[in-house]
Amino acid sequence: MSQLNAQAALSAAEEQNREFLVFSLGDEEYAIDILKVQEIRGYENVTRIANAPDFIKGVTNLRGVIVPIVDLRIKFRLSSVEYGGQTVVIVVNVADRVVGIVVDGVSDVMTLTPEQIKPAPEFGVTLSSDYLSGLGSLDDRMLVLVDIDRLLTSEEMALVEHAAD
Amino acid sequence: MDITDFYDTFFEEAEELLADMERHLLELDVEAPDTEQLNAIFRAAHSIKGGAGTFGFDVLQKTTHIFENLLDHTRRGELRLRRDIVDLFLETKDMLHDQLNAYRNDEAPDREAFERICKTLQQLALEELGESGTDPDSAQDAGSPVEELEESGSVPDSGLLLVALLGVDKENRTLLVEELAQLGEVRGESGDDTRFEVTLETTASADDIEAVMCFIIEPGQIEVTQVAVELGTDPNSDPNSPPTNSANSSQAELGSVPNSPRQKSKPAGESTSIRVSVDKVDQIINLVGELIITQSMLDQTASELEGVTNGSLLNGMSLLQRNARDLQEAVMSIRMVPMDYVFSRYPRLVRDLASKLGKDVELVTEGESTELDKSLTERIIDPLTHLVRNSLDHGIETPEARAAAGKPGTGRLTLSAQHQGGSILIEVIDDGAGLDRERLLAKARESGLAVSDTMSDDEVWQLIFAPGFSTAKEVSDVSGRGVGMDVVKRNIQGMGGHVEILSRPGQGTTTRIVLPLTLAILDGMSIKVGREMFILPLSTVLESLQPRREDLYAMAGDDVVLKVRDEYLPVVAVHEALDVADARTEPTESIAVIVQGEGRRYALLVDDLIGQQQVVVKNLETNYRKVPGVSAATILGDGSVALILDIAGLHRLVRTKKEARGGKRAEPKPISDVPHDRKEIETP
Repeated sequence: MSQLNAQAALSAAEEQNREFLVFSLGDEEYAIDILKVQEIRGYENVTRIANAPDFIKGVTNLRGVIVPIVDLRIKFRLSSVEYGGQTVVIVVNVADRVVGIVVDGVSDVMTLTPEQIKPAPEFGVTLSSDYLSGLGSLDDRMLVLVDIDRLLTSEEMALVEHAAD
Repeated sequence: MDITDFYDTFFEEAEELLADMERHLLELDVEAPDTEQLNAIFRAAHSIKGGAGTFGFDVLQKTTHIFENLLDHTRRGELRLRRDIVDLFLETKDMLHDQLNAYRNDEAPDREAFERICKTLQQLALEELGESGTDPDSAQDAGSPVEELEESGSVPDSGLLLVALLGVDKENRTLLVEELAQLGEVRGESGDDTRFEVTLETTASADDIEAVMCFIIEPGQIEVTQVAVELGTDPNSDPNSPPTNSANSSQAELGSVPNSPRQKSKPAGESTSIRVSVDKVDQIINLVGELIITQSMLDQTASELEGVTNGSLLNGMSLLQRNARDLQEAVMSIRMVPMDYVFSRYPRLVRDLASKLGKDVELVTEGESTELDKSLTERIIDPLTHLVRNSLDHGIETPEARAAAGKPGTGRLTLSAQHQGGSILIEVIDDGAGLDRERLLAKARESGLAVSDTMSDDEVWQLIFAPGFSTAKEVSDVSGRGVGMDVVKRNIQGMGGHVEILSRPGQGTTTRIVLPLTLAILDGMSIKVGREMFILPLSTVLESLQPRREDLYAMAGDDVVLKVRDEYLPVVAVHEALDVADARTEPTESIAVIVQGEGRRYALLVDDLIGQQQVVVKNLETNYRKVPGVSAATILGDGSVALILDIAGLHRLVRTKKEARGGKRAEPKPISDVPHDRKEIETP
């Protein structure tokens, strides 16, 4: 009986832990909920869409599905934006949509306990804390935890048509 | 095996029977009703009653019972049909449909509506026949129609019936015999899977038995013969008419030729079609689209190979191409449904509306078997309903007005559909008064539209598509609020089609809708601008030419028009609209593609024409949003995405860009305190 309880407690604690996919934009490390990630692929064959914001690189063919590609480096105003062999696209599933985000590289998958997730401070005009689910501290590393759902469906991303349009 | 397993079959069959019933009721000639049709209506009600009784759907059974009695009197000629009686019958049919749906959804049917309709029907029976309608509660037992018949004079004997079941397995047989036992007394049973005979002593008619059984097995699997042959005893045959008028075709004949089994050649309905969800079909269509793309990718690679050594591979490739195309065609045809699906909902609408408006209208439908993509048929219903309403309300005149104009009192509304190349042509034709040119012009002036008396008829007819435009002298609840025709036009354009009107005063109006057959595949022309590839819908392309300097005219600022055979077309440079880098900017070096969009022609400037190809249309809005100037996207042979251009959208895009630029230019001027867009102030 007590064994069962212990097991339940353990799994409850595990449930609190969340797994994140860590990626880099320039020198900074960001992370998103791994459950939102569909796949990771290279950056290639993107068809430009005219009159779209600069961070929307265009659309690509993902096995027959037309997927928009967003460059987060441009959106977050990083100084150098280069496309090379290391440039990858993280394909995420948000709000019943498939969107690809361009990042400089994917490093690893991390499990964070609730204690390791700190609330995000109010800052930045470029990246409003509305789109952050917190800051993850891991030894001496700091991960910016992005609420990818809210970010990609926000009005300023211009990915989703809003009623106000 | 439980009897509830047959519920779905019953619901589906009952639904079809009700649809049949409605169709026959609508076709009925009130003055001289066709006996066959009356019989058909009676049979439908009877079969539903039988099934409802078997499955214990009390309310449905009771309603159909009362209804059936009235229908029985009607087909015997004891109840003279009137228009209001047919209306009541139609209402009853709707009621039955509601009840059926309630049972299907495991809900209790509306008790109040049930009592009301029973009362109305009994009232009718009382008034017309001088008899009190049967109390709904007496309909409990399945043999009740016989009691009814006894009242009306024909006394059936309790007879011996030989029920033969053909090709029914043991499990179903046991169930059926149990069913039969409820109708009477089973005297004997014998036989095997191919033919199993049950002798039944019952007061129920052969019809009753067949009606009950048909919900479990096919009509062709059952034969009912009377052992004691007495022609008059078939309770459902009218003593005054030959016995062949009886229900299921060969039924009465069989009665006179006992023990001569005859296979009915009726094909089994279920085995010829299956119900599949649209999602599954769409998935197959997507997969086939992928296959086509992969195939053309392979084809491109293979075409670079040397022919002699790779002969068999190249042969295989061309075979694969043919098979893939055939497969695509076959799969696309799954989505095609006949126009009957749309047209069949209008007889009722026209009938109800015509009587409401006090008009006499005959509806004619042509080309019901013309096929159209399912998604389009669903979207065409609303616009078409609107056009039909308009024709009835504004087009066709009252019988008096028609007589005064020397036309037959009954107006004629024709709905027709036919294929025309890769499109479908749907027409709504009425023989009414036609559009009134003068009134349209006057109305347009009143609403502040720019019109002149010299406008061509076509241009005047187009006015009715303007938002908020209605010429109805008074607003009725049928039409006339002027919110319709612009929506109709928008809907049809949204489907990639267009609508036009032909009208002659005094002779009627024809509204013509042209739609593509499907939205999923498009014949496209690929064009190149700079290094980018785009697709133009081939249906919009009229011709292409190299513009000459002397044919290009500049207009107010930086607008340019191109003269093509005495017509001046606005020039839309694709590189300008879509900000394409490295494109040819000199019009005389580009190619002008003359295209048509939303009824207007434009000259599109592109760098190169690449070729024609069929493309699978992919929605951009699934994962992204609407892009101005672009209607959709597709995947090319090399796996890259190409955008499909929206002609009219491109033109709007260029205009807004120029306006924005014009606005910027105005800024440095000292009148900056006056907003440059003055129009906005005038019309808030």
